[in-house]
Amino acid sequence: MARKILTEHINVPGIETFDVYRKQGGYTAVEKAIKTMTPEEVVEEAKKSGVRGRGGAGFPMGMKWGFLAKPEGVPRYLVCNADESEPGTFKDHHLMKCIPHLLIEGMIISSFALGANKSFIYVRGELMYVIRILEKAIAEAKAQGFLGKNILGSGYDLELVVQPGGGAYICGEETALLESLEGKRGNPRNKPPFPAVKGLYQSPTVVNNVESISNMPWIINNGGDAYAQIGIGRSTGTKLISASGHIKKPGVYEIELGVSVDEFLNSDEYCGGIRKGHYLKALVAGGSSVPILPANLITKTAAGEDRLMTYESLSDGGFATGTMLGSGGFIVFDETACIVRNTWNFSRFYHHESCGQCSPCREGTGWMEKVLHRIEHGHGSMHDIDLLVDISKKIEGNTICPLGDAAAWPVASAIRHFRDEFVWHITHPQEATQPGAVYMGEMVLG
Amino acid sequence: MTESPNLVAFTPERLETVKEIIARYPEGRQKSALLPVLHVAQEQWGWLSSEVMDYVAGILDIKPVEVYEVATFYTMYHLDPVGTHVIEYCRTGPCCLMGGEDVYGHLKKKLGIEAGETTADGKFTLKEVECLAACGWGPVFQIREQFYMNLTNEKVDQIIEDLSK
Repeated sequence: MARKILTEHINVPGIETFDVYRKQGGYTAVEKAIKTMTPEEVVEEAKKSGVRGRGGAGFPMGMKWGFLAKPEGVPRYLVCNADESEPGTFKDHHLMKCIPHLLIEGMIISSFALGANKSFIYVRGELMYVIRILEKAIAEAKAQGFLGKNILGSGYDLELVVQPGGGAYICGEETALLESLEGKRGNPRNKPPFPAVKGLYQSPTVVNNVESISNMPWIINNGGDAYAQIGIGRSTGTKLISASGHIKKPGVYEIELGVSVDEFLNSDEYCGGIRKGHYLKALVAGGSSVPILPANLITKTAAGEDRLMTYESLSDGGFATGTMLGSGGFIVFDETACIVRNTWNFSRFYHHESCGQCSPCREGTGWMEKVLHRIEHGHGSMHDIDLLVDISKKIEGNTICPLGDAAAWPVASAIRHFRDEFVWHITHPQEATQPGAVYMGEMVLG
Repeated sequence: MTESPNLVAFTPERLETVKEIIARYPEGRQKSALLPVLHVAQEQWGWLSSEVMDYVAGILDIKPVEVYEVATFYTMYHLDPVGTHVIEYCRTGPCCLMGGEDVYGHLKKKLGIEAGETTADGKFTLKEVECLAACGWGPVFQIREQFYMNLTNEKVDQIIEDLSK
């Protein structure tokens, strides 16, 4: 069995309560950090751990903490990004629902490290029931002296506020999240200034993902070095993977970074393989935004090496033959899935979720959706395929935030690897628009 | 002129909740309470009329337009009256891979309405939404705070029948 850092106690009955969580060793890391360490020492452990941002960007968390400006007399904020909205990703939802105190313990340690006295957990509004679970857990922790004034008699004060969103994917982008937290539309900010200098209420702010912060109790208890020993190279520690699609056992799995894609996909410990009687066609490994891969590039890289569940191995080959670990949203497609239809579905998502601030994204996502819609519905022309590639190139890199890239990559990669399927939709509109029709190469038709 | 300007008002309990929410933020940052307070308003009235939005603006001491621009940006806020049960089904990729399109088709047929519509008896409103972060348990829809997962046509029938009682 692989080592578990986040989910070791997740199935213990009553783990959502303070008492049971405490009995399993919970909050000892808060005691250790606040009573025996300085904030700088806590930051140092985070740096040593090498833990990288688990929301999708993969930026080293300790380094991000190191950028936080500390002007005298100005409050600093920690904001937890629990806006989880990337299609294919549901790990934070699972973690907060099952073991809310883990995140709260991580928030206390991280806030102490950053010198924040008021910290926020921004949860997507659709998860109102999870917000209630978190609020209950916060009240318990406060009643036990782990939150509020003078925590454990240390003189350190911390208040935790859970903030609901209103339904907007874009608020997962950290500056949009801050705008939203200030009671505004979720329009991403121009950077610089970065949140580390001017974030929430124009004060220095760190924004970290739920899973990233939830690693902190283990890191403090066991040391950043011990954490860094798990995994491979710069992919240290464990990662929660949200597995969905045509597999035998969809769900949230904690893996040690470095397990092979083949093992993750096919072993009974994880996904259990493709559902019975079907075979693997394609994979989106890190949430809808990352490039889709065809079957022949999933378990092996283009160079024929085993593909591993690490930041580096998944991106081996660049976008030509690789993808990204992203948020760990692992969406599996068997041969019954139509890539054109799925690409249209994803592009509709990005069009719907574009905040509308930058014209390449606002207009481009709309055009991609329209063009994909007409190809999927039997009205496409051959020129449309190049048009899609052209639009995707004109969005990518030309927007304030990464939503534009996130919208462009799935379209560009689907055409790169499944061009035949787009061509077939255009040359065989009658067949392609039959319900459930899927291009099967030589053996066309479903 | 007989209409009282206080016709729109939170219940005393909700007003307490709203005050508690406003107190969470630093002095002068009460606008941060806007999203959570709009959720409370929607809980009370079911949807956000312009009267309700103006009322919320007054409570938070911000301009009405600041409320309108937020209410129209976020998809969870209903800007028109809705039925007793608002069914918000996820139309995004992973749920569709798990047969979502068929299940939602069945749901629409059962209710006799399309997304964005309300049944004639005012009981159900259908709303199409994007990913609800429950992809491993798709197809999924949500009614208020409750998630209904791994949906099948049979499950949908059962849920609708239970809610129709």
